[in-house]
Amino acid sequence: MGNASHLRVAASNPAPERVPAGAERAGSLTGWGRVPVVSGYERRSEDLEAITRDVPLTRGLGRAYGDAALPAAPDRCIANSTLADRILRFDPGTGDIVAEAGVSLDLLYRTLLPRGWFTPVTPGTRFVTLGGMVASDVHGKNHHVDGCFGRHVTGLRLRVADGRIVTCSPTEHPDLFRATVGGMGLTGHILEVAFRLTRVPSPWIFQETQRLPDIDAFIEALKACAATWPMTMGWIDCLSKGRAMGRGVLFRGRWATAGEAPQAFPALGAPIPVPFTFPHGVLGRSTVRLFNEVYYRVPRPRAAVVHPKSFFYPLDVAGHWHRLYGPRGFTQYQCVLPASGGHGAARRFLEVVTRGSGASFLCVIKDCGAEGDGLLSFPKPGISIALDLAMRDDTQALVDQMNERVIAEGGRIYLAKDALTRPEHFRAMESRLDTFLDIRRTWDPQGRIRSAQSVRLFGW
Amino acid sequence: MALKVVVLGGTKGIGRALARQLAARGDQVHLLGRDAEELAKCAADLQARRPSPAPVGFTSCDLERPEGFAPALAAADAALGGFDTVVVTAGLFATQARLQSDREFTRRLLTVNFAHTVVFCEEVREYLLARGGGTLCVVSSVAGERGRKPVVLYGASKAGLSAYLEGLDHAFRGAGLRTICVKPGFVRTSMTDGLPEPPFAAEPEQVATTVVRAIDRGTPVVYAPPIWALVMMVIRLLPRAVMRRIGF
Repeated sequence: MGNASHLRVAASNPAPERVPAGAERAGSLTGWGRVPVVSGYERRSEDLEAITRDVPLTRGLGRAYGDAALPAAPDRCIANSTLADRILRFDPGTGDIVAEAGVSLDLLYRTLLPRGWFTPVTPGTRFVTLGGMVASDVHGKNHHVDGCFGRHVTGLRLRVADGRIVTCSPTEHPDLFRATVGGMGLTGHILEVAFRLTRVPSPWIFQETQRLPDIDAFIEALKACAATWPMTMGWIDCLSKGRAMGRGVLFRGRWATAGEAPQAFPALGAPIPVPFTFPHGVLGRSTVRLFNEVYYRVPRPRAAVVHPKSFFYPLDVAGHWHRLYGPRGFTQYQCVLPASGGHGAARRFLEVVTRGSGASFLCVIKDCGAEGDGLLSFPKPGISIALDLAMRDDTQALVDQMNERVIAEGGRIYLAKDALTRPEHFRAMESRLDTFLDIRRTWDPQGRIRSAQSVRLFGW
Repeated sequence: MALKVVVLGGTKGIGRALARQLAARGDQVHLLGRDAEELAKCAADLQARRPSPAPVGFTSCDLERPEGFAPALAAADAALGGFDTVVVTAGLFATQARLQSDREFTRRLLTVNFAHTVVFCEEVREYLLARGGGTLCVVSSVAGERGRKPVVLYGASKAGLSAYLEGLDHAFRGAGLRTICVKPGFVRTSMTDGLPEPPFAAEPEQVATTVVRAIDRGTPVVYAPPIWALVMMVIRLLPRAVMRRIGF
């Protein structure tokens, strides 16, 4: 949306007594990583249809780390979906559900898990909206079995660029559907999502853990347990070099049977907030080294029934945990290294990471299953590695080096995390990009729907 | 015991959050509101949030059309098999700047927020007293505590409402009618979207939790979030000369 249409936003604001929706309204927006910071603000209403009429983008709970849910200058006003949070239909016989895009995973967890239903796929936080889950085509610990969220979506209601509201599904406007699943909100405003929930035998998780001495052993173990466990993931130490490179802890789990699980429903509890922004550098190399050593060595039960929150959402224990990274913020980097790249791909990638001076507090490793239908959907068969990197002067250079390694391995990065990838790097990673952009152009010839990320990576 | 609650204004904002909390703990809810399509969607949402499946009913009722009040309450009575609690969160809002320049909207706002809300409450009073009592919970505002520059007109409508609710509580609590006057501060809803945010801004869910507790206990006046009780105590004590000088 250019300057002229921006003025139209101001002119058609239905509540003229308020601060006009235009340049006058102050504010700035960031993603979860708190960098970059852009000038802009969100419009909130229960009536998502009304507020998406003339804005370039809709944002949910703002958990995308980089610039995926930020307006591209000169746009400033975007819609926020979180007040549009009604469950419109739920069939307790089949688990079929239709909900507004602002419904959060947290709500579904609190409302439907006690009744034996869970989303077929969950990312590592429950503070995401359904709209965001579709736009990022999120994956979880069960990706090697159940694929991404988009695989379970049966239909979408979308406001497209020309203002029309259309429904799409794998059979209705399949091109629009494939471009929307994983399409980072760039095909239109997602208004409603239909999908099917999964029946679970209990709300508890049976978990096993295993300590592994290096990255090669880790990947062998990850692959071995993929055959028998529906959920797997691991934490690895991204500071150790040499023989111990990529040592870590592997977690594998399944829903506990009714016989194994405690009778009580796992306590809900609210997150404990990180009360203020930590000074820059608290999560530096030495603290992370200490954490890694302790986290690797700490004794943990080899097998136990655990709380679903500690299994799926360990970071949600702390509210505003991004404040730990200080005022400069942080970026998350997540890539998938394809199985076709052969055995040493993860080790070669970690060599780039450990050579750099950045210290990753969080490093999560996971094997991915088959590629989904979404045209920009992130996972493909191989190993996914996610790192948190405190923002420093050399972070851009490190991301460039990692991207070059990923391109050489035939992998790709996850747009929901990205803030720093260069357009030429993304293009080199994504063979499906032209198909995606063609569909986007068909539905939005004037390029009205756009984000800071789309302008950075695709030019519009 | 599960309550049987009629909510006027449960499709948005505080009313929506409140209806959800009541439904989630198993209370029976019947929605009243202007837009039938919105009501149907909200009723479906409440139904999905209930721990045990039971249909949630709704009836059209517009605070601008008082002739519809009695039929709407009769429909709610029929749907719920009698009700014991009524919550009113509906109302109009606009900034002082807009109201000052729009006489027609000012008239509508004063009528809806005061006169028609009172008329609705009178219908409820008669109904609940005839059943031997019950709870009437109405959302007024901290804006009605004192005449203040930023809310001259809106505040006046809420001041009248608060005075009525206090009188009602004094007159009929002995007969079993518990009247609850809710006074929220700034709440982040679509009603306040785009307004500059003052201190102690709250989420509707927070306010709803406070109100549910007040309904259970029969608290006659409740500030939400509770910090506003303290703020308004100070504001009530300020001399006029001071009030005239400050912008609050």
